[in-house]
Amino acid sequence: MSISTSIWIWIAALLTLMIYSFLYKDNPFYRLAEHIFMGLSLGYTLVILWYDYIIPRIYQPLFFSPHQWSLIFPILLGMMTFGIFSKKYNWLIKYPLAFYVSAFAAIQIPVMLRSWILKQVEASFLTPDKFSSVFNSINAILIFVGLVTTLIYFYFSKKREHGFGAAATVGIVFIMVAFGAAFGYTVMARISLLIGRMQFLIQDWLGIM
Amino acid sequence: MGFWQRLLQLDRKWIFLGIAIVVIIPLIKPLGLPIKPTKPVQDLFNYIDTLGPQSDAIFLVCDFDPSLMPELMPMIQSILRHCLTKGVPVILHGGLYPAYIGIAKMAIDEVAAEFPEKKSGEDYVFLGFIPGVTAVILAIGIDIASTFKTDYYGVPIDSLPMMYGIKNYSDISLVVDISGSSSPESWLMYGQERYSVNVGLGCTAVSAPSYYAFLQSGQFVGMMGGMKGAAEYEELLARKGYPAGKRPATTGMDSQSFAHLLIILLVILGNIGYFVVRRAERKAGMERRKR
Amino acid sequence: MLRRTLPQAIAFIIGFAMLIQYFIPHPISERFYNVIVQQWLIIILGFMYIFALRSFFMHHIVKIRRKKEGYWFSAMAIVALLFMLSSGLITTRGVFFDSLYNYMIAPLQATMFSLLAFFIASAAFRAFRARNFQATLLLVTAVIVMIGRVPIGDYLWKGMPDLVEWIMSVPNMAAMRGIRIGVGLGAVATAMKIILGIERSYMGGE
Repeated sequence: MSISTSIWIWIAALLTLMIYSFLYKDNPFYRLAEHIFMGLSLGYTLVILWYDYIIPRIYQPLFFSPHQWSLIFPILLGMMTFGIFSKKYNWLIKYPLAFYVSAFAAIQIPVMLRSWILKQVEASFLTPDKFSSVFNSINAILIFVGLVTTLIYFYFSKKREHGFGAAATVGIVFIMVAFGAAFGYTVMARISLLIGRMQFLIQDWLGIM
Repeated sequence: MGFWQRLLQLDRKWIFLGIAIVVIIPLIKPLGLPIKPTKPVQDLFNYIDTLGPQSDAIFLVCDFDPSLMPELMPMIQSILRHCLTKGVPVILHGGLYPAYIGIAKMAIDEVAAEFPEKKSGEDYVFLGFIPGVTAVILAIGIDIASTFKTDYYGVPIDSLPMMYGIKNYSDISLVVDISGSSSPESWLMYGQERYSVNVGLGCTAVSAPSYYAFLQSGQFVGMMGGMKGAAEYEELLARKGYPAGKRPATTGMDSQSFAHLLIILLVILGNIGYFVVRRAERKAGMERRKR
Repeated sequence: MLRRTLPQAIAFIIGFAMLIQYFIPHPISERFYNVIVQQWLIIILGFMYIFALRSFFMHHIVKIRRKKEGYWFSAMAIVALLFMLSSGLITTRGVFFDSLYNYMIAPLQATMFSLLAFFIASAAFRAFRARNFQATLLLVTAVIVMIGRVPIGDYLWKGMPDLVEWIMSVPNMAAMRGIRIGVGLGAVATAMKIILGIERSYMGGE
C-alpha cells in the first residue's frame, strides 16, 4: 500500500468523498462540490469555445487576411441569439432557430427514412437465407413476429379486439423482455460507474491494488 | 412486526453499504474470472485487426463526458492501442460537445505515452472541437481539412503528414463512435447513409440494447456495450499479445459480478417479503371481515 | 411580419432547399449544401451555447442578489467559473488547465453519476416486484441478463452468455426495432411539419 503523494490526486479524492457524503444526507460539502463542478464545467466549455470556435471561426476569418467576408451573414444570424438577453428583442432568436431547425429537419428526412425505417424493415424480411438452419429459422420468425406485434401494440387508432388484441398481447411480451433487458443493462451501467470511482480511490489514491 | 416486514423497511443506508462492500472487496482481492468475448465485440475487433499501415484511417470519436468514463474510457484507449500497435492511421476526434474534448485529451495523453515512437501528425491526429453536432458529421464528408482547419494543438491539418491523402469519408475505413448519447445514430444517418462510411461503436450499457437492431441489420460493423464490452476488447487485445494497458475494465469485472449477485439477491428478498406481507395482510383483512 | 411570418418563411425556404438538394447531385446544389453545412450551420450552432451561459448566470445571480438560502454556493460557482476561464486563457489550455479538468471536473462529474449505483440497488429492492405476468417477465429477463452478462454467469453455467446474447439479438432486438421504426416515422413526420410551418413550437410555443 502506497498512498499517493500527488496533490492533484488528493484534490480529486477529497472532491470524490465530498460527493459521496450525499449518501448519508444532503450536506454543505456535497453542495459546495456540486456548485464548484457547475462553475468549472461552464468555464471549461467557454475556454474550449474561445480557442476552437471564436478565434478560428469568427475572429480570424473576419480580421485577418484572407478575409472571408461572406461569413458576416451567418455570424449576424448567429448573433441574433443575443436577443434572449432582452425582453423587447427576444423574438430575434426565432431567425437562427428557424434556420437551423428547418435545415436539420430537411437533412434528416431522407437519411432517417433509409437508416431507421427502410433498412430496419428490410432486415426483418423472411428471406430464404434466414432459413439456413432450424435455429436460424425460429429466430427469423420470432424477429418478424416480434416486430409486427410491437408495432401493433403501439398502434392506438384501432380498438384492441379479436386478432388485433391478441397480436398486441404478444407484442407486450416482446416489449417486456426488451424492457427487462434494458433494466439489466442499466443496472450494469450504474455499477460500472461506481467501480470506476472505487478503482480511483483504491488504486490511484490509496495505492492498494 | 415480522421479519419480512422489518426487512422491507430496511434503511437504505445498509443497502448502500452492501453495494460498496461487494464492489471494493473484489478490487482488493480479485478472483480473475475469465472474460468470454461476445460476437459484436469480436466483429469490431476483427474489422480493425485486418487493417494495417497502408489501410484507410480509423476515425475515432470521443462522444462522452467524464460521467461515463469508467465504461467508455477503456474502450477509447483500447481502440487507440489497437490502432497504434497495428500502425493503422487513427484520427481521434474530441467529440461533438465541448465537454468531451478533455476526455479525448486524457485518453491520447495516456496512450501516446505508452508508444513513445508514435508521433502526433504522423501516426495519429487529434482533432479539436467545433460546434454543429450533426453539421460536423456532414462537414467531415465534405472535407476534413477545411472543416477543422487545425488539429487540437493548432497545427494546420494540411501540414500534417498523416493527413496527406485523407480528404473525407472516402479515405476513412471505419468510424468508431465511443458514445454516451444517441450520437451513434447520427453517425449512422449522416455519415453512413449520406457518405457510405462504415460505422462501429462503443456505448454505455444503458444504450446497448437499442443498438442490437442496427447490428442485426449490418448497419454497425460491431459494438462494445458497457464496461463488459470494454473488458472483452481488452481480453481480445491481450489474447493477440497486443498491449492492453492496465485493463481497468477487466479488473472491474469481478466487482461487477458480485454487485449483480447482490442486486439479484435484493430483488429476490424484496419480492419474497412483498408476497409474504401481502398474504399476511390479506389474511388479516379476511379475519377482520369474518369478525 | 418580422416576428412571425419572416422566420416561418425562412424555415420553409431553407428546409425545402435542403430537402430537394439531396435529390439533385448538381455542382450548384452541392456548393449550396457545402456552404450551408460547413459555414452557416457550424457558425450559428456555436452561438447556441449562449443559452447555457444565460441560464447559469440567471440562476446564480438571482440567488445571490436576493440572498436566497445557500447563496454563497452560487457565489462559489461563479468564482469556479472565473477561475477555470482565467486559467484556460492565461495558460492557453496548458497543463494546469488540463489538470483542473482531469482532477476536478472529471472526478466530480464521474462521482455524481456513480451515486446512481446505490440508488438503483435500493430501488431494485423496494420497487421491482413481480406483481403480474408482464412485470414477472420483465423481472425474470432482467435477472437473467444481469447474471449472464458478467463473468460469474459464465462460471455458473456455460450456456448463460449465449442465452443472454440470444435474448438481446432476438426478442429484445425485435421489440427495439419496432419502437425505433415508430420513433423514426414520428420524427420524419415532425420534420415535415417543421418545414411546412405546421409545427412551430420550437419558435416559442405558437
